[in-house]
Amino acid sequence: MPEKKMYNLYVNDEEASVVARPSDTLLHVLRDQLGLTGAKPGCENGDCDACTVLVDGKPIKSCLMLAIEAEGKHVKTIEGLKNTRIQKAFVENWAIQCGYCTPGFIMNGFALLNQHSNPDSETINDWLSGNLCRCMGYAEIKAAIKSVMTSDHADKSS
Amino acid sequence: MDESMIVGKNHLRVDAWEKVTGNAKFTNDYTAPGLLFARLVTSPFAHAKIKSIDTSLALKLPGTKAVLTGQHFPFLTGSLLKDRPVLAVEKVRYHGEPVAVVVAKSDHEAKLAAEAIQVEYEPLPVVNTVLDALAEGAPLIHENLGMYKVVKPAAPEPNTNIAHRQKIRKGNMEKGWANSEVVVEASFSYPKSDHAAMETRCIRAQISAGGNVTIYSASQSPFVIKKLISRYFNVDAGKITVHTPFVGGSFGGKAAVCLEFIAYMASKAVNGKEVKLVISREQDMLSAPCHIGLEAKVKLGCTKDGLIQAAELSYWFDGGAYADQGLAIARAGAVDCTGPYHIENVWCDSLCVYTNRPYATSFRGFGHSELMFAIERAIDMMAKKLNIDPLVLRQKNAIRAGNTTPTQVVLTRSNIGSLIKCLSRLKEIINWDEGARIEIDENKVRAKGIGCLWKAPTSAPNATSGAVLSFNNDGSVNLSIGAVELGQGTKTVLAQIVAERLKMDMSKVHVTMEVDTRTNPEHWKTVASTATFMVGNAALEAVKDVIAQLRQVGSVALRCSPEQLEVGYEKVYLKHNPNIFIEIKDMAAGFMFPNGNAVGGQLIGRGNFIMQHLSHLDPTTGRGVPGPTWTVGAQAIEIELDKRDFTYKILRAASVIDAGKVINYKTAESVTMGGMCMGLSIASQEGFQFDSNGLVQNPNFRSYKLMRLTDIPEYIVEFVETPQIDGPYGARGLGEHGVIGIPGALANSLSIAVGGELNRLPLTPENIWKQVRGDSK
Ligand code: FES
Ligand code: FES
Repeated sequence: MPEKKMYNLYVNDEEASVVARPSDTLLHVLRDQLGLTGAKPGCENGDCDACTVLVDGKPIKSCLMLAIEAEGKHVKTIEGLKNTRIQKAFVENWAIQCGYCTPGFIMNGFALLNQHSNPDSETINDWLSGNLCRCMGYAEIKAAIKSVMTSDHADKSS
Repeated sequence: MDESMIVGKNHLRVDAWEKVTGNAKFTNDYTAPGLLFARLVTSPFAHAKIKSIDTSLALKLPGTKAVLTGQHFPFLTGSLLKDRPVLAVEKVRYHGEPVAVVVAKSDHEAKLAAEAIQVEYEPLPVVNTVLDALAEGAPLIHENLGMYKVVKPAAPEPNTNIAHRQKIRKGNMEKGWANSEVVVEASFSYPKSDHAAMETRCIRAQISAGGNVTIYSASQSPFVIKKLISRYFNVDAGKITVHTPFVGGSFGGKAAVCLEFIAYMASKAVNGKEVKLVISREQDMLSAPCHIGLEAKVKLGCTKDGLIQAAELSYWFDGGAYADQGLAIARAGAVDCTGPYHIENVWCDSLCVYTNRPYATSFRGFGHSELMFAIERAIDMMAKKLNIDPLVLRQKNAIRAGNTTPTQVVLTRSNIGSLIKCLSRLKEIINWDEGARIEIDENKVRAKGIGCLWKAPTSAPNATSGAVLSFNNDGSVNLSIGAVELGQGTKTVLAQIVAERLKMDMSKVHVTMEVDTRTNPEHWKTVASTATFMVGNAALEAVKDVIAQLRQVGSVALRCSPEQLEVGYEKVYLKHNPNIFIEIKDMAAGFMFPNGNAVGGQLIGRGNFIMQHLSHLDPTTGRGVPGPTWTVGAQAIEIELDKRDFTYKILRAASVIDAGKVINYKTAESVTMGGMCMGLSIASQEGFQFDSNGLVQNPNFRSYKLMRLTDIPEYIVEFVETPQIDGPYGARGLGEHGVIGIPGALANSLSIAVGGELNRLPLTPENIWKQVRGDSK
């Protein structure tokens, strides 16, 4: 079995050392070694986006990225968001049922709003069409994203 | 705060912040040093003899702790009919059937060990569809069906592939046909599919040295797990504790108890150490139970002016390899076989049929979206033949108070609500009068279709629930209940019910989130849209109990009679002079007079609920009382179709459901839209694809397509409120209902658009093209 190796990631603005096999995915290292279980395994095949985290600001399916590829990079997980407008918008728009898909949607939505402060419907569709939700009809999620556009998204200090 | 300050208001979900911060913990979110991991080995064949299983290689791997196969489980399981081994014995009956389980030090090592297990199979002839299964001389999937133990009313037919047949014989068919001037007859097909909850199933099990069993399971039925572990493994029920944290969606699929047995035995094989059984997406779709399929034949007879006189219905539910809840679904399908229409003369045979396909368990709607697809299509076909507006035909025949159901229950306004009102509201909101079919240009057509729904929860006749209230020294209340939060918002709605009756702010009501079978009162299982009804009634009982105690103690403290006191606003106060009061926080742990004397003690309220007046069904006629109430509704879909290639866009989806009383419109709307989206997904693009050997070709989200955010229509959701008198604040169950009428409505809209009869789902452009062309498959 390939050797485990120790390396450093920056997760939610803190340095974190992990010990992992080269084949371990970022998703598993975040969940199992760092206790950051907000990113969820839904398919581990790149089909559902429940595992979305930001790597250097870009949304990434953490089930498809090896942890070692994130060495030295800045990873942001849902646990790294504190009181952001988008989290509040999900609460206030009932954009949650079971909540399993929620972290993935929020991370994608957060990245979207960082890049496009006023995205049109098509841009929202482009960014969020990878995220699956089985509980909702998605309308609440769209409404949540749209409500942030009209207010001030950036709570970038968090 | 006046009466109805909280019930009927859009309170934010009580679990929302936990879920937007990543704090909410699901079963698989837990790990600990020393935790062992289990993985399944599953069958690559749909029907095959197991010639040998060689575990030696797997056992030699360094991380392997144990390997179990079917021989370690010398019994059959099943909640209605005991037909299923925990791990396959002698033969496998479906693609994905668990054959062995390995336990290892890490998940990675468990996967390697699972791959190292060598199983030799000898393929057997595959029974691939219900029609194959029912054909003369079909291979038998269960040779010993006649010897299986029947647990609940079930009628397996030995030497066939029929696990159960539920009969409905109502009225006089000869008379019904004699009165019918127009007859419609057709066959319908609704494919087998998957629940596809975003959280795959996951279980942890541990057995302490003292014999205490602790199980964590992503389940809708923690109390059933406790009972079954006790029964099958001979453990005292009191020694078993089952925990259910947040569940990441379930839709009926996590009501079945199956993998828990494997996890328990896996822990037992490693001296009781804690073992986590993780299920991959592929296994969740294949190995764990799935969504039932249906083949139906419907024959309706009608007078020329559109009054239905007779219905002859054959429902063949594709239960797959094992009966599980498929048997109860066949029964539920018979109970509501006619759809929400008043028909005097009904003949129905509803069968649960074995096939060599993944086995089915409960799915949102419990057989109803399936049978309603057949019925609603048949109603539209009838309307066309009679040349009557399909909405008018539905209004003419809509079931109402005074009518009888297929099992001959006489309906009341309270237990049936008003389909008529739902239909008239639907008519307005979808602008039905503009016409069901509108040509947009030479290639495009816009069309609307309607689908009605009804459903009674067919629970165990003695299903029970409970609630316990305790208080904190800030005057806030803890509500302890056994219902699971699956996403449906049950904890929020139940907190609202308690807050309303105590006239207390929502922020002062704390609901237990995780279910713990040792500390929470039992709730039958969180299925069938019954949590609001059952737990809500239990919670109201508990509030009543607490109010009585507060008045009693308050009367001593305030030197008056209990009857003079009122409870609300966190106080007990004199009705005629609210300035004389005691705060509940000062009574939470007993009231103390200034001199140190104390009275009362801790405030603990208890309430319970049990289903009443339900009965088993008569096996020859189906007569009996299956459930306490029905929820009815009317739905519509509007699509825009391109006639050249049968691609289409779903423009609008509308639902009007009689909710009795809407406790929280936002959660009710969200659950309904979720059901509608699911119904559209199933009807337009889902379904397992089987090859000729019964192997599933699409067990992953890459090829098994679910609706995405880009596919959604505009939703319109409204509720009618005809109170269910015995429901909390008049509320009816509605968790499942959003899905039920949608497949029929979509198929009706597309049938109107193409001017044909689309009776086979899923309605992909290719399938529409085939059906328009006249292919039978
Ligand atoms: S778990 Fe990563 S995309 Fe589904
Ligand atoms: S809320 Fe359950 S999957 Fe989206």
